Amino acid sequence: MTESLFFFFASLTLLCAIMVVISKNPVYSVIFLILTFFTISAHYILLNAQFLAAVNIIVYAGAIMVLFLFVLMFINTGKNVEGTIKRNVLAKIAGTVAGGLLFTVVVAALKDVTLGHPDPATYNSQVGMVENLGKVLFTKYMLPFQLVAVLFLVSMVGAVMIGKRETGEQNF
Amino acid sequence: MDSVLLIYKGIYILVIFGISLLIATYSTYFERKIAAFIQDRVGPNRAGPMGLLQPLADAGKLFFKEEFIPAKANKMLFILGPGIAMLVAAMSSAVIPFGDTLILGETSFDLIAIDVNIGILYIFGVVSLGVYGLMIGGWASNNKFSLLGAIRAASQNISYELAMGLSLIAVLMLSGSLSLKVIAEQQTGFNWNIWYQPLGFLIFLICAFAETNRTPFDLPESEAELIGGYHTEYSSMKLGMYLFAEYINIFVVSAVMSTLYFGAYNFPFMENLRNAFDDPVLGNNVVTIIGVAVMFAKIFAFIFFFMWVRWTLPRFRYDQLMKLGWNILIPLAILNILLTGGGILLYEYFTNG
Repeated sequence: MTESLFFFFASLTLLCAIMVVISKNPVYSVIFLILTFFTISAHYILLNAQFLAAVNIIVYAGAIMVLFLFVLMFINTGKNVEGTIKRNVLAKIAGTVAGGLLFTVVVAALKDVTLGHPDPATYNSQVGMVENLGKVLFTKYMLPFQLVAVLFLVSMVGAVMIGKRETGEQNF
Repeated sequence: MDSVLLIYKGIYILVIFGISLLIATYSTYFERKIAAFIQDRVGPNRAGPMGLLQPLADAGKLFFKEEFIPAKANKMLFILGPGIAMLVAAMSSAVIPFGDTLILGETSFDLIAIDVNIGILYIFGVVSLGVYGLMIGGWASNNKFSLLGAIRAASQNISYELAMGLSLIAVLMLSGSLSLKVIAEQQTGFNWNIWYQPLGFLIFLICAFAETNRTPFDLPESEAELIGGYHTEYSSMKLGMYLFAEYINIFVVSAVMSTLYFGAYNFPFMENLRNAFDDPVLGNNVVTIIGVAVMFAKIFAFIFFFMWVRWTLPRFRYDQLMKLGWNILIPLAILNILLTGGGILLYEYFTNG
């Protein structure tokens, strides 16, 4: 059951991810990206990490993608952007070669990777639950957790500084 | 899970779904009746006794209206918009405990559809998705007013989600659990969270108004300046779906507020009543049934409050809305978290040492 569900969601994830890239309309791309986040959340649930699944939906599908859609709606009001960009043959060849090289590198890097197999006797299946995750974050990984918070604060302050209206400056 | 429980869960989910649809249907009727009462009018009184069949007549009218799709609209997304709004609204009532356990024979039945240990996060996630229906519908209409409504909906929902999440954190600090079932169980008798979290409740209430796009925060559909906002181009049952989704959202948000702050199905002296029966099973079942009635009474009180506010308060201006959300509610919510944390530490200090 779990295995067939995994393959179902994995193929759905790949399908949605491919549709993000090949959709002509950017709004469709964003909608497929939202679907991709949903299928990734389904993977988290299969891994018994409910908290991660919920937070993935709240943060990515619920907030970040709304902002993506928000921006897209401003810059693209129904016009077909795709047709206005001219692409010559050389650019297409260069793109294909670069993409192929990247693919080769990824395949070569992942070829010899062996996945760690946790010992079923000692593995705690509840490790992804909110309580355990919180305890680990606030004890074992306290410093990285706090540093990430500082990083967020820095980026927030930076965004506010860029968006701030300076005195005497005419913005509108 | 054995098959009896599985069948029970299926029936329970269907019943809850039906009840939310029924309540949403009759919310339209009561909204008009309350508006009429506040404005000293009669309100709908033609269809059936006291106009009670009015929602059915409205639904019939909406179904038979012309189904209009603008020529330049993105047809697929235009149809998808109301569908998403409705789907997301109907999904969120799954984790709300409408009652305690009923004991029939050997088995006990929980009156909750799915008891996950991330209950409140599930609701939060689903509510945050609700804005997609509005955004996609408003954008696909290919109309400037609709687009403005959609953009307002997006920015408003994102801004108020932050304050809502922060006000929730204070409740979670008290309960120590994300499961709504556990949060409801902790508030036995009259030990409701509202006594510990008055400020948090106020913030949550204001954010709930903003999240459901109700007056005084109904800027996405403000009819005075944006015609109808995101649903300007909609007609027929697609418009009906949007309106319906709004009423289901009100129902769900009322249920969440009753669960988080007003003790869900708990009522004063419930333990005395439970002990008054000689048979513990009978006592439990009687208390549970009264508890379900109490839960729905609380929900109806909140729905009435939503309508009361809608017909007595004017709409905010857009900059006032943003200022209230970012400059007042978020700092207040953070202050509430600090106060709650300090309160918990003081309580532990005085009880243990």
